[in-house]
Amino acid sequence: MTKLAEYLIVLLAGLLFGIGLALSGMNDTKIVQGFLDIFGLWDSRLIFVMLGALIVTIVVFPLILKRKQPLFDSSFHLPTFIKIDRKLVIGSAMFGIGWGLVGYCPGPAIASISYGYCQTIVFIVSMLAGAFICSKTTD
Amino acid sequence: MVELTFSDFTLAIIGGCFIGVSAVLMLLFVGRIAGICGITFSLLDPNQVKKPWRWIFLLGLILGPMLVHHVYNLPIPEAPTDNLPLLIIAGLITGFGTKLGNGCTSGHGVCGIARFSTRSIVATITFMLFGFISVFLLKQVGGF
Repeated sequence: MTKLAEYLIVLLAGLLFGIGLALSGMNDTKIVQGFLDIFGLWDSRLIFVMLGALIVTIVVFPLILKRKQPLFDSSFHLPTFIKIDRKLVIGSAMFGIGWGLVGYCPGPAIASISYGYCQTIVFIVSMLAGAFICSKTTD
Repeated sequence: MVELTFSDFTLAIIGGCFIGVSAVLMLLFVGRIAGICGITFSLLDPNQVKKPWRWIFLLGLILGPMLVHHVYNLPIPEAPTDNLPLLIIAGLITGFGTKLGNGCTSGHGVCGIARFSTRSIVATITFMLFGFISVFLLKQVGGF
């Protein structure tokens, strides 16, 4: 019973995420590239999407994290690593370059599958291959 | 600069709030970070692949936009670039980079910043900066 409730909540969370991306225009690679195009025709929309999300999470996350455990699990599964290392910076820099080249980050790429463009599939398969190569070549 | 209409602006804020609520549900109920790359890439790990919640989250992520475009009658975005080498290179470095840096826009940008994680703040500044550089080179130098 708890498992079913858990799966329904996770489905709802996935739906809300996908709805949020579609409503805000973040599945549109032109809008995202427009945001990154600060020397061209700059599109400020992504800033407002992040603000909208952060208003909610910054207010509510600290309240949730006061709890000893989440509602459906015995502990929180949060990253414990706090060091700023080369992997973090190099990885994020690589992601930034990939993000700019096409205008997809992983979330919108997956959320765009239903639009039926084969470009989206090519991007996602390459992305999975990239993550796989990374996990095999670095520790 | 692109002039945003009132509707563009409102939908951006509301859409962002939906993403925030999604992250809140994940943390409150299952104690997880709504980081899309973390969720997606762990499906490549044979030990994790059997846990159904990740598949269920991704299913919702795919169905959500279908719902929006249907119910709200919002136009479907144009196709991304059809330059095949560009798509493959961008995909490869996005996958490699987000795996190496443990996160993308959702995990670091939305959830990490809300936990005041220094790693996430550094990651977000870095990928935005390199995103600006990437588009600059692509448009102003590469002529795409």
